[in-house]
Amino acid sequence: MARITMREAISQALWEEMERDPDVFIMGQEVGVWGGTYAVTKGFYDHFGPRRVRDTPISESAIVGAAIGSALTGLRPVAELMTINFAFVAMDHIVNEAAKLHYMFGGQMVLPLVIRTVGGGGRQLGATHSQTPDAIFAHFPGLKVVSPGTPADAKGLLKAAIRSQDPVMFIEHATLYQMRGEVPEGDYVVPIGKSIVQRPGRDVTIVTYSKMLEVSLKAADKLSQEGIEAEIVDLRTLRPLDMEPVIESFKKTNRAVVVEEGWPSYGVGAEISSRIYEQAFDYVDAPVKRVAQKEVPLPYNRTLEQMAIPNAGDIIAAVKEVL
Amino acid sequence: MEKTEYLDLYHQMVVIRRLEESAAELYQNGKIGGFLHLYVGQEAVSTGLIAARRPEDRVITAYRDHGVAINVGISANQVMAELLGKATGISKGKGGSMHMADVTKNFWGGHAIVGAHLPLAAGLALGDAYRDQKAVTICMFGDGATNIGFFHEALNLSKVWNLPVVWVCENNKYGMGTTIDRASAVSEIRHKADGYGMKNQVVDGMDLLAVRETALQVFDEVRNGSGPQFLEIETYRFRGHSMGDPERYRQQEEVKQWQENDPIGIYHQHLIKDGIATEEELQQVVKDAEAVVKTSVAFAESSPEPAPEELFTDIYMEE
Repeated sequence: MARITMREAISQALWEEMERDPDVFIMGQEVGVWGGTYAVTKGFYDHFGPRRVRDTPISESAIVGAAIGSALTGLRPVAELMTINFAFVAMDHIVNEAAKLHYMFGGQMVLPLVIRTVGGGGRQLGATHSQTPDAIFAHFPGLKVVSPGTPADAKGLLKAAIRSQDPVMFIEHATLYQMRGEVPEGDYVVPIGKSIVQRPGRDVTIVTYSKMLEVSLKAADKLSQEGIEAEIVDLRTLRPLDMEPVIESFKKTNRAVVVEEGWPSYGVGAEISSRIYEQAFDYVDAPVKRVAQKEVPLPYNRTLEQMAIPNAGDIIAAVKEVL
Repeated sequence: MEKTEYLDLYHQMVVIRRLEESAAELYQNGKIGGFLHLYVGQEAVSTGLIAARRPEDRVITAYRDHGVAINVGISANQVMAELLGKATGISKGKGGSMHMADVTKNFWGGHAIVGAHLPLAAGLALGDAYRDQKAVTICMFGDGATNIGFFHEALNLSKVWNLPVVWVCENNKYGMGTTIDRASAVSEIRHKADGYGMKNQVVDGMDLLAVRETALQVFDEVRNGSGPQFLEIETYRFRGHSMGDPERYRQQEEVKQWQENDPIGIYHQHLIKDGIATEEELQQVVKDAEAVVKTSVAFAESSPEPAPEELFTDIYMEE
């Protein structure tokens, strides 16, 4: 196994899938000649050529819409939206087309489509470029929503997404591209829709995903120094949601904190805690606590922005409240 | 064209007309739910276009889709059953009036968000271009759709990528109840294609043969690499936008004037005048078409409701 960055892991998955299947192609803004705004597709244009690495105009509806159309013909497009904030411009095609066509036409239409995009705050990009609206996309039956927190999962889940017969939103995090981790070489596929325990523990269950996995792991290390052992469940896929490892862990610890970067209202924490009450009420020893972004549009100023985004201290405080 | 082909096109138009009239009646009797947008008056547009396509050419349209469904060869039974929401409908009763498709006949729907299917059409054409397949994607939409962003993004992309699409604007003069001059900066819709350097022309949509002849030529050019082209087809819907249309926005005289220009009547006269068919033969075609529609109503009414478990199927390919 090689120790590589998240960026390299994603790039590797794309490259290998394009080598494996001539129907896989990439389209999006600056994916070609530029090499990708986050340098994920660097070198792809020269190797695979303009047919399979397609620069698009700044036209998010056309990007997602045309990706859907081409997927209907049996191609496997990986359509890149430069950031998830721009996905709102393509919302109709994600929600009213991608998530609906298979059902609405009685199963006739098949969409092996991946929408790769990037979310998250913390880079002083201001309110319109820093959002974590993952839960919105997880709201719609018909879509699959994946958001990895480690380089290995990024590679394995992206491969699974590209091979999936269903439309998948693949949400990366802008501050995780430099994260390093062990990543299996070659054909490594992680199934969509499987949560996983990333850190075993006995005292409290932390449920999280994406960037907040990294933050939660830091919090768990500090808690460990005080003798508190947190078990961390990484959701990895928001839809379809796999609650089994969460419930199993909760039945052991009887206490849970849900950590997400997005806003708490109607969010991932709300969903997870509600399901814990529904599925394991008899095991509840303390109210489930949510850690999430402050309910404000993210400001530009670094200090203010950092105040709004959950950190390890917030998680530690929440854990101590439920203990 | 052979005589049988001429008669078949007549048959298709009459089936559409009678099917729509039956649907209106069933709607008023509460047997069809939701929205119902009738194609009455516009039959020559899709009949002429589809008559000019090859099987490998793809078709995609908006929510006024019953006519296209009949033209591509979906049976009246399956169309009517879908309108009644039955298990035997072309979309298993899950789509309804606005969402009919048969991908085995290269008909890709039936889309109900105005203009949203235009980027999809670009993608269908990309699928063919990617594989070097010589096929055309025919994308139909109303004049109202030319004012939404999707239209402009799709036309631009199709030109930038030189995609084999024929953009077909069915100009029926109204976006719901709003006239073109109140909604569009240019009143001659085809000029919008000029903005994208796209070849375009206007066709009389009440004349089936004019539509077919133009389409044959344009499809051929696009199939052979001309890049996307634009057709503005002038037509008129004899009924309201949907069944819930109070029609306060147009005068009955205007409707009457257009009804005298009936596409089925024009085609009928043409067949007689050119000695292609006799009155008796055409009357027989009408009788046959009426029988097809009558059978479809009986079929739909006697068809089963979708099974309850259908509620949860077709959400994903892989659970």
